[in-house]
Amino acid sequence: MSKFPKVIAGAAVSLALGLPAFAGEYGLGRPALPEEIAAWDIDVSPDGTGLPAGSGDVFTGEEVFAEKCAVCHGDFAEGVDNWPKLAGGQGTLDHEDPLKTVGSYWPYLSTTWDYVNRSMPFGAAQTLEADEVYAIVAYILYSNDLVDDDFVLSNETFTDVELPNAEGFFVDDRLESEAHFWKAEPCMSDCKDTVEITMRARVLDVTPEETATTDVAVEQAAAAPVAAEPIVEEPAEEPVVAEVALDPELVAKGAKVFKKCKACHKVGEGAKNSTGPILNGIFGATAGVVEGFRYSKPMLAAGEDGLVWNDETLAAFLAKPRKFMKGTKMSFAGLRKERDIEAVVAYLRSFDN
Amino acid sequence: MSDKADDFAPSRRRFLAGAAATGVGAAAVGAGQAAQAATPDPLITEVQDWASGLGDGVDATPYGLPIQFEQDVVRRNVEWLTADTISSINFTPIHALDGTITPQGCAFERHHSGAIELRKEDYRLMINGLVDTPLVFSYADLERFPRENRVYFCECAANSGMEWAGAQLNGAQFTHGMIHNMEYSGVSLRTLLEEAGLAAAGDFKDKWVYVEGADASSNGRSIPLEKALDDVLVAFKANGEALRKEHGYPVRLVVPGWEGNMWVKWLRRIEVMDGPVESREETSKYTDTMEDGSARKWTWEMDAKSVVTSPSPQAPITHGKGPLVITGLAWSGRGAITGVDVSIDGGKTWTQARLGAPGTDKALTRFYLDINWDGSEMLLQSRARDSSGYVQPTKAELREVRGLNSIYHNNAIQTWWVKADGEAENVEVS
Repeated sequence: MSKFPKVIAGAAVSLALGLPAFAGEYGLGRPALPEEIAAWDIDVSPDGTGLPAGSGDVFTGEEVFAEKCAVCHGDFAEGVDNWPKLAGGQGTLDHEDPLKTVGSYWPYLSTTWDYVNRSMPFGAAQTLEADEVYAIVAYILYSNDLVDDDFVLSNETFTDVELPNAEGFFVDDRLESEAHFWKAEPCMSDCKDTVEITMRARVLDVTPEETATTDVAVEQAAAAPVAAEPIVEEPAEEPVVAEVALDPELVAKGAKVFKKCKACHKVGEGAKNSTGPILNGIFGATAGVVEGFRYSKPMLAAGEDGLVWNDETLAAFLAKPRKFMKGTKMSFAGLRKERDIEAVVAYLRSFDN
Repeated sequence: MSDKADDFAPSRRRFLAGAAATGVGAAAVGAGQAAQAATPDPLITEVQDWASGLGDGVDATPYGLPIQFEQDVVRRNVEWLTADTISSINFTPIHALDGTITPQGCAFERHHSGAIELRKEDYRLMINGLVDTPLVFSYADLERFPRENRVYFCECAANSGMEWAGAQLNGAQFTHGMIHNMEYSGVSLRTLLEEAGLAAAGDFKDKWVYVEGADASSNGRSIPLEKALDDVLVAFKANGEALRKEHGYPVRLVVPGWEGNMWVKWLRRIEVMDGPVESREETSKYTDTMEDGSARKWTWEMDAKSVVTSPSPQAPITHGKGPLVITGLAWSGRGAITGVDVSIDGGKTWTQARLGAPGTDKALTRFYLDINWDGSEMLLQSRARDSSGYVQPTKAELREVRGLNSIYHNNAIQTWWVKADGEAENVEVS
């Protein structure tokens, strides 16, 4: 936000006098009115410049957050699915796969205020009152254990808060730290003795399938002879050892992963069919036999052909439902991590009848 | 393949099925020998439908789309990368393009709150802050300033980001497709800032401009005034026509050589300031985390980088041994590409490639290496050099400085393992 309102006032005066308001070379455009600048110039700088007057406390923030933010960011700012986690992660920045949140990574509180104010909630940006933004930011601070529950954030208290990672950033130093990449003469021959392949993308297998854009194409692609695919030797997979008893940790993890399924599938006591069939006792059951659920034809046919849900079949189905069973009603894209699949299968097994 | 259009399946699998068949023939012929036809080719000896009947009249497609046989040359998304497609990214099919200009229709998209529809009539651009007279321009105003035409690449800082920790995605489109290269028409930002007057800014040295978009994310970035007055464009045309909505119609910012996130789309406001805003996109995102947990910020320039686009996993060799065109793209945010070296043995030996045209400032350069492939496995790499003297590093060299968690600004040398059957795979090598 501008620190020089004098300039704006001057422009407004000359406009009122009906004089040429400015002397640009081309004389194009028109002076911006103070109200227009006020409406658009809402950015907030690290020193708090640009903050409107207002305040909000942690408790109010919790309520507003639950109503307007939690659907994506979780009740405790822990993040739902792939949506950003806003809390936690402190001390993880030098770990493999660090968790970067407001508490662990963001250097300035102004950034949080500015971003919530201008861009959130997703799909209803710039609908929050200033006091609501203060309250939400106060709650995010609280969920990161940075303030107590009686904290009130306001334009007055704003600069009292310093985020833990404020000193964690340094200005681009590539010209010095990577000076050795400016090489006069790059090596052209005998640059190394041996070359070994150390990692392969196909082993990881996270590349999207190249489905074509039309239904005709999809059908024809499916009809193309599979044998024409070049045969690639895959390194032996880790053998899957059948578990005698369910690993409680794995079951717990599976309960979390199952959140992705919950919108359609119910499991446990009192569960009923909804968009998808109930999943009690699904492990070991024949496909397409849950009473009262209207399955797709391919699923019914597969059951009649003897498809039974075991580790192998469930894993294949959950990885790529529509690839495993063309025509299934399950519109879920699939679980990409093998570990998540194992966990969800373990979780489902814990509801064996 | 059948000559009937409705038989055509634009899938890679189908493509390979055909390729396998022709591959056998080509292999039988062998390198250095002209192919001999056993029987006359009916495509030549028989009158084809298209040589007898009539095609479409003019106006069949008032705005032309690529012919149906090219419908697999499209942007693609990697679903697991983001929570949804509204705040997400997709990838340019660089494996299937040639030359250097990216058609707008398949140039990658990155939105933070979705691609909006903003009419020219409703468009306003405000310049405020440390200027002599804060101004508002309409779209029609912008068209009356002197105009420039410039070709620049736009690369997302996260391009190849998924490859930091290891070979992940199998295809040049996915590993290097967050890039496009267009010819922009627009007004230099300097012209607009000077129209508002910069006497109020005083010394330019420690001043910044904050630029923001009109969409719901109102993505905002801070740019040093020095850069803003250098080569930044306020663009309204790309490749000769209006910007597409997904690229910021009607007006976007072009920040040559600098990370794509700064190329604010639906540009609505430019504020001259005495410091950076430190917005979300320049603190929590687009900063490079080092091994010790500290993070580099303001890493704006995109370092020199290149990739072989063909052969590559989505563009396997289908003709067997013999003449082979190895081609790819090179670019640098610090200047022009001066040379590209290609290795087929994983970096033991390098051969200088031929540039399709001399490299130009901060734009894509096409390179070619024409070889007589003997049908043996290759570990294909390319290495770009730019006018600043920078040589594209290996992944190991980058990791030595930055560790494994940087995500952004991965400009490492890419390796494709091309097998004897012509298939290629994304790999890492020692």
